[in-house]
Amino acid sequence: MRPILLSGHERALTQVKYNSDGDIIFSVSKDHVVCAWFSHNGERLGTYHGHQGALWTVDVDPTSTLLATGGADNTMRLWEVKTGKLLKTWDFATSIKRVEFSPDGRQLLGVTEKRSGHLSTIVVYEINPDPETEQTNEQSLRIVCDESKATVAGFSYLAKWIIAGHEDGTISQFDAKTGELLYSTQAHEPDMQITDLQWAPDRTYFITASKDKTAKILATESLEVLKTFTADTPLNSAAITPVKDYVILGGGQAAMDVTTTSARQGKFEARFYHKVFMEEIGRVRGHFGPLNYVAVHPQGAGYCSGGEDGYVRVHHFDKPYFDFMYEVEREQANL
Amino acid sequence: MAPSYENLPLEDEEFDESQIDFTDLEEQYQVRLDEGLDAFVVIDGLPVVPEDNRAKLIKFILRKLNSVGRVKDDGVFMPLNEETGQTEGFAFVEYSAPAEAIHAVKQLNGTPLDRKHTMVVNKLTDIDRYGREGRVDEEYHEPQIEPFQQKEHLRSWLGDPEGRDQLVMYRGDKVGVFWNNKEDPPEQVVDRDNWTESFVQWSPQGTYLTSMHAQGVQLWGGKAWSRQKRFSHPGVNLVDFSPNEKYITTWSHRPLQVDETHPVPSLSLEEDGKNYIIWDIATGKPLRSFATLDVPTSTDAEGNPVKKKMQWPTFKWSSDDKYVARMTQGQSIAVYELPRMNLLDKSSIKIEGIMDFEWAPATPRRDGVKTYEQLFCYWTPELGSNPAKVGLMSVPSKEVVRTRNLFNVSDAKLHWQSEAAYVCVKVDRHSKSKKSLATNLEIFRVREKGVPVEVVDSIKDTVINFAWEPKGNRFVLITTGEIPAGAAVPPKTAVSFFAPERTKGGAVGNFRHIRTVDKKNSNAIYWSPKGRFVVVATLQSQQSFELDFWDLSFEKPKEEKEDKDVNANLQLMATAEHYGVTDIEWDPTGRYVTTVASAFRHHMENGYHIYDFKGTLLREEHIDRFKQLLWRPRPPTLLSKEEQAEIRKNLRNYSKLFDEQDLAKKNTANRQVVEARRRLLEEWQAWRESQIEMLKALGAEIELNGGRVLKEEDGAVEEVEEIVEEIIEETEEVIG
Repeated sequence: MRPILLSGHERALTQVKYNSDGDIIFSVSKDHVVCAWFSHNGERLGTYHGHQGALWTVDVDPTSTLLATGGADNTMRLWEVKTGKLLKTWDFATSIKRVEFSPDGRQLLGVTEKRSGHLSTIVVYEINPDPETEQTNEQSLRIVCDESKATVAGFSYLAKWIIAGHEDGTISQFDAKTGELLYSTQAHEPDMQITDLQWAPDRTYFITASKDKTAKILATESLEVLKTFTADTPLNSAAITPVKDYVILGGGQAAMDVTTTSARQGKFEARFYHKVFMEEIGRVRGHFGPLNYVAVHPQGAGYCSGGEDGYVRVHHFDKPYFDFMYEVEREQANL
Repeated sequence: MAPSYENLPLEDEEFDESQIDFTDLEEQYQVRLDEGLDAFVVIDGLPVVPEDNRAKLIKFILRKLNSVGRVKDDGVFMPLNEETGQTEGFAFVEYSAPAEAIHAVKQLNGTPLDRKHTMVVNKLTDIDRYGREGRVDEEYHEPQIEPFQQKEHLRSWLGDPEGRDQLVMYRGDKVGVFWNNKEDPPEQVVDRDNWTESFVQWSPQGTYLTSMHAQGVQLWGGKAWSRQKRFSHPGVNLVDFSPNEKYITTWSHRPLQVDETHPVPSLSLEEDGKNYIIWDIATGKPLRSFATLDVPTSTDAEGNPVKKKMQWPTFKWSSDDKYVARMTQGQSIAVYELPRMNLLDKSSIKIEGIMDFEWAPATPRRDGVKTYEQLFCYWTPELGSNPAKVGLMSVPSKEVVRTRNLFNVSDAKLHWQSEAAYVCVKVDRHSKSKKSLATNLEIFRVREKGVPVEVVDSIKDTVINFAWEPKGNRFVLITTGEIPAGAAVPPKTAVSFFAPERTKGGAVGNFRHIRTVDKKNSNAIYWSPKGRFVVVATLQSQQSFELDFWDLSFEKPKEEKEDKDVNANLQLMATAEHYGVTDIEWDPTGRYVTTVASAFRHHMENGYHIYDFKGTLLREEHIDRFKQLLWRPRPPTLLSKEEQAEIRKNLRNYSKLFDEQDLAKKNTANRQVVEARRRLLEEWQAWRESQIEMLKALGAEIELNGGRVLKEEDGAVEEVEEIVEEIIEETEEVIG
């Protein structure tokens, strides 16, 4: 499993995403540029210029026509994937920490940072999937998080709920129509930030990563913690693999805590756990800074990770990855 | 409805404060007011004299009173009995400060004045407090003797059917005791938050677990891990047990402050200003306390004061708990007899220049000596024209059994063999020019007649570490070359193994060098407590974390010729590495070795490894803020020599039994794991099915399609023809 190294960014990566076909990877970094890459060979497809500050987040709609980005220049922008044309800029008072399309691509949510008197909010816009039309300025929903700021958020299946992860380690469920807080649970250690929230393919469950060194799988409907994966380092990202029942966790000591003595100390490895048995299966080394994001190919053919070291590493899974089975899994497969 | 601020009842009408009986609280929290009488003392027991002699008597006692403080002018009031015209035999005295009054009580109470009269000095406030009528019950009440309560068995852990050992782990704020389960997670016996404030320590035979607190030391034990004893010593830093767990020494760098305003349970004014307390563990009472000796500040070659490291333990115990001794460096050794803690023969032993001493770790059995004795070894440096000396002294006779003169000594270290059969004095000697250092080993054969000394002087380099084989007669040492000034990398070291020559009749021959392994980084030696196996390791290093597992009695296949001369057959069994290792410990049976990367020293990859004696890694675990892992020591075996030999003879039968047990355990464990996994998988699949059913019912097509939105053109198949051309070779030819 020799990785492809994407070295087009000049600063730390903040998020990487596959499109729904898995042939393109979008990456954003603190260097203000959005890059698109072919996933199978790592060739750069193009870049999207316009942001004036570090980028925090990117998402692509399910049909790979529209791309949403958000960053520290307090704007959320919509681009045409094919041409790189900037379609829309929404301005905010604070930076945008997370953008995500709804499953059907007709809604877009953004999470705004809490700063200088502005509370963290989750905003939702209706999106017209036609790139030729003018997008709306009107927010269809605005949720103010006055208790603890939201760090990550996403749409559940059928865009029924918005699930948000907070700075204090709680996960909350909002009604995606009314914005009403339905339920909140302290899934992670108190005051340990939720750093990532990624969905299973059918969005009935999701995985959260936290600074408390654990990742957890929660049921979307009940917010019940189904699985817990314990690592030995603060986690920045967690992803669920399709096809095989694995999860991939990424993290590492924060740059400021890293000692200079030995690279192995940083624990800059992607860790594979079995999703059901919650046991560690293996690790992939390579980054020399913490992993800020891991994303899995939607058809489960590979994964990529973006690191604080400024590289994206794209891995294609080998045969042994697909062949590996626990005894009990093999039993069931042979039935 | 939960009570909130709004619906709090404003006033409870039926409540009347005056009806509550507060007397119990008042009594409990009664504050002793500063009555302004603290500087007064009452003296009793004085002679009764007529008025004429009163002034003379006052003058006489003033001489005594002023020795501890300053009595105020006219501060002595000696009332006269109006009927007899004589003094009453008591007097009131006012000192200029309350502290002086306290001092006077401490110092002068019970001072004899003449043959008939003894002064009784009390604080006036005390007289008021205890002397007033009714304060002290007139009638004698027999003290209540608590009914006898059966205590827990303190050694129950030894009865483990599998013969496992216990270990304590201190990680984060938690202290837990566990059974060692080899490669499986240790089985928890007890786990408590904040059990200790600084560290934990086992007593030497494993009976008690010691926890450290700001208020003192606590001992825990028994099956329920209940508190067995508590020794209050505010600000305690270190503890030390006597070898047989009869006594405990506590030390604080801060002198104790015990007086009326700072009462400490079970300590008296006697302990005020002291640093060390020696306690009787059985009673929990202090035996005697000592202040830290001021070490004379010496200066190094450039005249800068040398900071002396404190020697710990300061009070060293003889192997049978009968004596405890402390050295005054350069002057003397004070030996105290237990259990009374009196100075042996009422005087300390003068040894001019003494630098260090060590008790024999076992009762020595010297040839031809029938009477009871304990030995200690000491050394003195060169003083003027006198040579440096190493001596062995016998206690209680204080007879010097053997001395040896040495020259050009810059330092010496004393190493006793565990059975006190040998003591090796590692002498660092400088050349005449004082430029180069070399090490000699002076080995005293304590058990042989006349205590002969064997010198090993073949070592060219400085020895940085030395260790005897426990219960054996072999040793390992580590040497290092000259350290270049300012070198960033510590110099390479060499590990040397020594064993006695084989002689006829089984006597121990001369020590001979077997092998040296050089170009190592090792600096630490850990022998198995049963001997034979030794781990040579590198600790406190930034680059190297090696652990070498050696066997000194390797059984070679028969055809190979054995080295007949030396009583050893060296074999490196395994080499391991543990990143950031700080501590290494053998379990008390010599079966396992644990290595720890402790958060006390650094914060990288804290955790532990467990190896077996062969150096196979059985288990590793990373635990954040892992601080200590200590094996629970075992008391000496109760089996006789014959019984032990019997077991050794039938070892094969026993090991077969244990192998079977291990196998059975492993099988059940595997079965359990598989069962658990099967259950997890089934639960997960059932849950997934229910979720998919739900999505189907809701008609969530996109979700069921794995998040892909079906486009209209998706139905139509687009054919893409891809032509790949590979240019294998390109040649250019000029035709013309």
